[in-house]
Amino acid sequence: MTMLDYIDDGAAGSRSFLQLLRNRWGGEIVASCDEAGRVCRIESGFYQLLDIAQWLTADLDFAFATLVVEEEPSASWLFVYAFYKDARSPLVHVELKLDSGTSSVPSLVGLPQGPSFDWHEREVEDLFGLRFKGHPRLGEFILHEDWPEGINPMRNDFDAKQRFEHRVQEAKWEPPTIVTAPGTFAMPIGPVFADFAESAHFLLESVGEDVIRTIPRFFYKYRGVEKLAQGLGADRALLLAERFSGIAAFAHGLAFCQAAEAISGVAPPPRAIALRTAFAELERLRSHTAAITGVCNSTALAVAAAQAALIEESLLRLSCEITGHRYLFGAAVLGGVACDLSAALSQHLGETVAEVAQRLRDLLRMLRYSSSFLDRLEEVGSVTLEQVRSYGLVGPIARASGVARDIRKLFPYAAYGSVDFAIPVELEGDGYARLRILFAEAEQSAAIIRSMMLALPDGPIRAAAVPPRPGTALTAVEAPLGASFQWLRLDENGKVLRYRVTPPSFTNWHGFHLAAENFAFQDFPIILATFGLSNAECDR
Amino acid sequence: MANWVLKGLRTGVKSSAYPGRPDSALGVSPGRPTGTRLKSATAGDELVARCPTRAIAREDGGVRIDQGRCVHCFRCRRDVGEAVAWEPSYEWAAETGEAAAMRKLVGIFSRSLHVRFVDAGACGACMSEARQINNPYYNLHRLGIFITPTPRSADILLVAGPVSDAMRLPLRKTYAAMPTPKRVVAIGACAASGGIFGPSFAALGGVAEIIPVDVTVPGCPPPPLAILHGLLVAVERKPPAALISAVPAPATEPA
Repeated sequence: MTMLDYIDDGAAGSRSFLQLLRNRWGGEIVASCDEAGRVCRIESGFYQLLDIAQWLTADLDFAFATLVVEEEPSASWLFVYAFYKDARSPLVHVELKLDSGTSSVPSLVGLPQGPSFDWHEREVEDLFGLRFKGHPRLGEFILHEDWPEGINPMRNDFDAKQRFEHRVQEAKWEPPTIVTAPGTFAMPIGPVFADFAESAHFLLESVGEDVIRTIPRFFYKYRGVEKLAQGLGADRALLLAERFSGIAAFAHGLAFCQAAEAISGVAPPPRAIALRTAFAELERLRSHTAAITGVCNSTALAVAAAQAALIEESLLRLSCEITGHRYLFGAAVLGGVACDLSAALSQHLGETVAEVAQRLRDLLRMLRYSSSFLDRLEEVGSVTLEQVRSYGLVGPIARASGVARDIRKLFPYAAYGSVDFAIPVELEGDGYARLRILFAEAEQSAAIIRSMMLALPDGPIRAAAVPPRPGTALTAVEAPLGASFQWLRLDENGKVLRYRVTPPSFTNWHGFHLAAENFAFQDFPIILATFGLSNAECDR
Repeated sequence: MANWVLKGLRTGVKSSAYPGRPDSALGVSPGRPTGTRLKSATAGDELVARCPTRAIAREDGGVRIDQGRCVHCFRCRRDVGEAVAWEPSYEWAAETGEAAAMRKLVGIFSRSLHVRFVDAGACGACMSEARQINNPYYNLHRLGIFITPTPRSADILLVAGPVSDAMRLPLRKTYAAMPTPKRVVAIGACAASGGIFGPSFAALGGVAEIIPVDVTVPGCPPPPLAILHGLLVAVERKPPAALISAVPAPATEPA
């Protein structure tokens, strides 16, 4: 499908969306679409929010993307709920304005797709101190229990440099409920556990070998990235966007750059667009290989883990050779990319990824014939299609359960509108399906890089300037772990007023407990590895 | 299973030459900025202004680099009038503890070392690089170094991240659970100085804010060889590097 098809479809999609809107709501609500037909804005009243959200998600099958809350200087609140569906439908913003006297908002968790709103509402409650009426479990979430009551760091009057007194010295976490049947016990794991695990806590409710359910607890790594970004120049805030999740630095940095470019009305030159696509796929290839290493490691298949680790290291070295950094830090800049590739380097990149793809194919072939390995993955950590839809899960996890959503196809950015690739989908939703998705997408990434290197346009790699302009933009990219939505509001000097990022790990960790129910204890590391999520990315 | 054994044998030995000899493979390290003698005085001011973490400071005739603050953003290297010098090195670990106290511990530690890793809010890149020291290229087992899941049997605490608020207690408890004598190796700019994140309301701004740090490995992230160097410095099997890269002495003018 070419770029033109998408644009046509998009405009038609938004026309028919506006038609649907008029049919359902008549003159009750105000709505408008942008020229390209890819973004529709709906102004919602306080009492209409629930009905509009229900109509979008239950009737039209839209998925919830992100909730952005802004405290406006005029002492009022702006809530933006973003929804997305497919390549033919627009990104829908449902905007709700409230005056400062309002302290509670209707909760959307009671809807069929309610779980996808759950964590967003809890986060806003914790960081802004706003209540969601009807939400069953608000309270300690991002900020743990020793954080003082009534101090909300995302409020405009909170100073990000200020330290605060802890409420208690040795805080104890009590989970909401515990199984109390005879013989049951709760087994805590983390936050410091395993050899090289990221900090997170899991409470396994267990009857001996069998774990009934898992209660996860995150945000040990909350570094307040959204708060720290406020007041910084866009160029400086880009460093935070890159570094909150080092293993997906390029994807998040790219989303940030695209938002700043959209606000300034600057388009990067064609060579920059091709290089961005190649770098983004190189990161995906490396990230997926790292996840494959993790899965092999979790099943204690030592030779396979070593083989995957060798491939991973050669991709890290390749990244360093072409961009000067093993994790592509600094490669995405406002208006383009920071490093050009010589003809020799672009040939080297294309050849090396082709060789990597071959090594991955060999590895998959051997893994498929290792029955002891497959036994550990099949029917382990399953997530159903219904669960994926109700939790709004994204990325390889959603695609392994039958949801063919990929931001590269839905809202083509960089050069994806002109790249020919199909979204791999599996239906089983178990650990093995997720592993197959990783292999299929890694292979695809290598092919996309090669096609970019074969037809690299000439010219500059960076727009002449990205002049500061006030405005907002919501961008989406397909990071290695799934959809990343970033909202940026800049003032007239190009300073960040609000930066909001909804990374794929935030969305997907929420669904982790679905896969970690009724399993044998020794499968826990395998379920963790096949999810392959990042806590740094989730916690921000 | 026989296939896997054959596959392993066919792959052969992949281990790095380091620490016996330098490793010169491409891409093992991004290198880093170093103290630079500059031709013009205004170039120094431009570099200082460009550095987002105040890692660059003016010094007589040029600029020096505080490696513990550098986040490898390349803004002192790309699109700039006079760029800083770049050293293609990886032996970056510096002693930041009390050297005299350390020397007494060497005999106990040097040949079999157990390391416990703690993620104190790291972005994932430091952690990924720390994981790589266990891969066949860097293979820390050949050096008598092992990763242990429990602090009770650990000699060294390897810490990454700016110490987020919620990780301060787990980090302190992990340190307290280790038997003495023990060492702490902090890896990455965040663990050394808070990096881009701290200090702030959500992070302490460095591991030394909460537990004593013996060896600091700067870098964003430090490559696997730098982390290996840090572990070897901690047991005095390798000499340390300096955390501050000073302006080099002026080259002697030909007569």
